[in-house]
Amino acid sequence: MTWLLFAEQTLNGLQQGVMLFLMAAGLTLVFGIMSLLNLAHGSLYMVGAYVTATVTQASGSFGLGVLAGMAAAALAGGLIELIALRRLYARDHLDQVLATFGLILFFNELVKILWGPQALFLSTPEILSGTVDLAGTPYPAYRLFIIAVGLLVALGLRVLIVNTRVGMLIRAGSTHREMVGALGVDIARLYTIIFAVGAMLAGLAGALAGPMLAIQVGMGENILILTFVVIIVGGIGSVRGALVGALLVGTVDTFGRAFLPMALRAVMDPSAADTVGASIAGMSIYILMAAVLMIRPRGLFQAYGGT
Amino acid sequence: MTKTLFAAAALAAAIALPAQAAEPVRIGMITTLSGGGASLGIDTRDGFMLAVKMKGGRLGGAETAIDIVDDARKVGNAKQIATRMLQQDDVDVITGIVWSNLALAVVPAVTGADKFYLSTNAAPSHLAGKGCHPNYFAVSYQNDNLDEAAGYHVNAKGYDNVYLIAPNYPAGRDHLNGFKRYYKGGLAGEVYTKLGQVDYAAEIANLRAAKPDAVFIFLPGGMGINFTKQYAQAGLVERIPLFGPAFSFSQDILGAVGDAALGVFNTAQWSPDLDIPANKAFVTAFQAEYGRLPSLYASQGYDTALLLDSAIAKVGGDLSDKAAFRSALKAAEFETVRGKFSFGSNHHPVQDVYMRKVVKVNGTITNEVVEKVFSIHQDAYAADCGM
Repeated sequence: MTWLLFAEQTLNGLQQGVMLFLMAAGLTLVFGIMSLLNLAHGSLYMVGAYVTATVTQASGSFGLGVLAGMAAAALAGGLIELIALRRLYARDHLDQVLATFGLILFFNELVKILWGPQALFLSTPEILSGTVDLAGTPYPAYRLFIIAVGLLVALGLRVLIVNTRVGMLIRAGSTHREMVGALGVDIARLYTIIFAVGAMLAGLAGALAGPMLAIQVGMGENILILTFVVIIVGGIGSVRGALVGALLVGTVDTFGRAFLPMALRAVMDPSAADTVGASIAGMSIYILMAAVLMIRPRGLFQAYGGT
Repeated sequence: MTKTLFAAAALAAAIALPAQAAEPVRIGMITTLSGGGASLGIDTRDGFMLAVKMKGGRLGGAETAIDIVDDARKVGNAKQIATRMLQQDDVDVITGIVWSNLALAVVPAVTGADKFYLSTNAAPSHLAGKGCHPNYFAVSYQNDNLDEAAGYHVNAKGYDNVYLIAPNYPAGRDHLNGFKRYYKGGLAGEVYTKLGQVDYAAEIANLRAAKPDAVFIFLPGGMGINFTKQYAQAGLVERIPLFGPAFSFSQDILGAVGDAALGVFNTAQWSPDLDIPANKAFVTAFQAEYGRLPSLYASQGYDTALLLDSAIAKVGGDLSDKAAFRSALKAAEFETVRGKFSFGSNHHPVQDVYMRKVVKVNGTITNEVVEKVFSIHQDAYAADCGM
């Protein structure tokens, strides 16, 4: 293993983490502040990817496609909040799991009816399709772009939550819901906005994933599981925790896959090392989660005030 | 939907020959029509039904009732549907399953009930070797066939430092073993990834650092789309040739991979450009009917229906004589889209396997035959089969 390979894998980990963060930021806000367990978050990611692919193909502009994907996901998120999820805030988490799982099935079938069962295609935008030379190692330009976008979004969210009026209401609403309502703030509307913002970020993640991944029915379920690991590691309800958790999960997962089999080869025979390494690498993020929960049962960062 | 098809087939048969009183031939198709991997089942069904339509809705000239049911890629569903078909509907033949794990759960139940199973795709090693059965026929291939051809080809071309990648589950190991059965050179690496993995950045970085002279992947479905796109984004397609069995580069997937797949080599027993009259007719008819190019799965569904047609005709539409129907199937006297086709002793195909390359023809991304790798190739498990 060379220093360069290590640096490259660190970038890969960072990139994976940033993608997870886009998903986790919305999920953690909804879960932490509204106490709603939303399994359909992955469906919004799928909607973002599908709409981006369709609009990009029709208009020829990836930028336009991404904006359309984000708007569509925000719209879909706002609609399911208004129509279905609003009725579930007061209910048990188990009811919410049941209802939002139903939404997953609904969205999967809807997407299949609208777009058909075959995976969709989205090309990498021309300007980002090449590789960038990093000290002799060619690195995909598109992945660097994702890292940049993700970090910008993280910065933007911080400004939104710490420095704006909506952010103040979000923070207040999470800890003193009744008081905020008593002061004349329309909590229901605030929740719809939070949900739509979370949905929009999921749509952005889906849109950005499009050029790298298969855009297909059920694509959201894979990333959803990782996203839940992220918000549990980071601390439910904390956007800062989502960022740290996402980067941690992305890095641990990437390093596990990249270096564990290699490291094990030093102590056991190659074929056994490959098998054991692959299996442990698949578990690495869950081991991380267990370790974090042992030391900090409520995640690395507690939500504002901690409800 | 299934009811409609059932009715349509029955109706077509009824119109054609209303006076016939004989029991119709009942065929049950269990395949994946919804959820992940649905495009494979849909192509299987469409290929099969195209042949049925071309035969006027009557396979072998007999009244044919076809019941098509979606398994949603779930083992439990497939078993339940098979049980219903066997116990209530009294089907004669079951076919259509795409996935090996589903086939392993259903096939023994079908053969155990003394009915016939014709595989349009999945053909795990167990059913070709020790678990073979006189009533079980694989029309597609034996799972390892395509990997063996890739291994043979890569070996013959003088590559001697190959990097292997497959998902970490039994079929992943089977496929890499198939490759290694005919590849004799060195390995730059052998990597097993998580099943259903979406991001391969870490694996691709390691791969590049290992400096292989060729890469062989078995990553079916979405995994193959993801890997191939990311492999192209890393700028590796032109530098390190990529090989694989056709599963990751079949027509149903190529549209989603786009130009990233251009130049990738893959093996299959069939290709849309195979210069055989029966194949030309099939590709033209499929395009006319469905408005898209057929995939490997469509060709296998089509061949399965034609095989049934030939066997049913041979026994005059009377499937009550199991032994006669069995030997009619075994004879495999139908015009396959693959040119040559016969069954080995374990009822698995003995056939040619080709190396194909992904190319762009008139704006459509598709496969083209590069060369024939194996002539009348048989699988490695036939000797273990006691038939």
